[in-house]
Amino acid sequence: MGKLIQNGIRIDGRKFDELRPVKIEVGVLKNADGSAYIEFGNNKIVVAVYGPKEVHPKHMEMPDKATLRCRYHMSPFSVEERKNPAPSRREIEISKVTREALEPALILEDYPRTAIDIYVEVLQSDGGSRCAGITAAAVALADAGIGMRDMVCACAAGKVDDTIVLDISDVEDKEGQADMPVAYLPNLKQISLMQLDGKLTAEEYEECLNFALKGCLQVYEIQKETLQKRYFSEVSKSE
Amino acid sequence: MSEIKRKYVLPGDYIVDGNYRLLLNAIKIGNSIHSTRIGIAEVSDDGVRVIPLSGVYIPRVGDLVIGKIISQSALAWDVDINSCFIAHLPAQDVFEDFNPAKDDMKKKFNIGDLLTCRITAFDRSRDPLLTVADKDLGKIKEGEIVKIAPTKVPRLIGKRGSMIQTIENITKCNVIVGQNGILVISGEDKSSIELTIKAIKIIEKEAHTPNLTQRIKEMLEKEKV
Repeated sequence: MGKLIQNGIRIDGRKFDELRPVKIEVGVLKNADGSAYIEFGNNKIVVAVYGPKEVHPKHMEMPDKATLRCRYHMSPFSVEERKNPAPSRREIEISKVTREALEPALILEDYPRTAIDIYVEVLQSDGGSRCAGITAAAVALADAGIGMRDMVCACAAGKVDDTIVLDISDVEDKEGQADMPVAYLPNLKQISLMQLDGKLTAEEYEECLNFALKGCLQVYEIQKETLQKRYFSEVSKSE
Repeated sequence: MSEIKRKYVLPGDYIVDGNYRLLLNAIKIGNSIHSTRIGIAEVSDDGVRVIPLSGVYIPRVGDLVIGKIISQSALAWDVDINSCFIAHLPAQDVFEDFNPAKDDMKKKFNIGDLLTCRITAFDRSRDPLLTVADKDLGKIKEGEIVKIAPTKVPRLIGKRGSMIQTIENITKCNVIVGQNGILVISGEDKSSIELTIKAIKIIEKEAHTPNLTQRIKEMLEKEKV
């Protein structure tokens, strides 16, 4: 294993607390009620949101709130070797954690007997695609006009070469020592997703979580900027 | 109490502190009030409301909607009202002393018919109930159907109907505005209908910009033949 950090600089030239370049676009799909496209480093992800709409199959309907369904899927061409398009164990798990990360932010009680569907389609994969997916899904949900208590922003931190770093890339994920994806509700100050793969001491854990939260807040600013540009730029121009 | 006229907000954004009534799309976190939608926040003595800029149509009692009959059961028609709920129009509402054994529902409405109707009942536990028993309600016989985003309907109507009246007066067209974002335009000639549609599309695109009524008026007067 080669060194992933040399002279305080990571393998892709970033500092310890630096995010990869993030770009979000909103309203990219005409046929969906809400949509977003995110480039998070080399991740390229499209998210579509449909709903609130009728529930099919009917037995999934809940009398007091909306049914939230989420599908995280990686395209066959998203990785170096063709990926079988059938949902894998990993994709089923990420679909579940994505849903659970978004659920606390949504006011599902406002839409009883309906369904809200979120499709996260990974076109090109790098490390941290679940965080990028959650970030884009929150923007798409806002675009769909679904009532939300707060936005959801997500970012990972981890341990590479015995150093805590922000926003783990694919190489750092594979060769590094720990990876901790975190989703955060910035105004409510609540964490809705926290996973940890690897070993950290109690102090390292604390530091890693703080790093991830700082990253989340940077991502939140980008989300806000994107939505403001899309919805309010014409307003400010004409005023 | 402080007043805020037009503040652009995103979900989770802080609007104001204090004891206000939450009128529309706002929630209280601790002592502060936050938005739940992308929209324009307004704070007055009445309370806090956020006028949304995106979203689907959620029915409300009293709304005038335009729907399409999609199926028929023994006692009612099912109507698609461009929402996540299928609305029901009971046959009792259409026939006097309805008797399912004698009355033929097909004589009144068929699948595919478009109706102007009003929502008489709707709550969390049941689907919207419609009525056509009122003036100007019932089957639509002619006109041009236009679909716009339901969130833009209040802007199309304008304050006390100012915007829609401006359009109707200049183009001499009749516009039925469904709160669900479906409109029916009828008029004497094709060009005035086209001009009306053009104006409506501009309003949909620029719904949140100020002085829109004036600009639409100027545009219509300029392009009127």
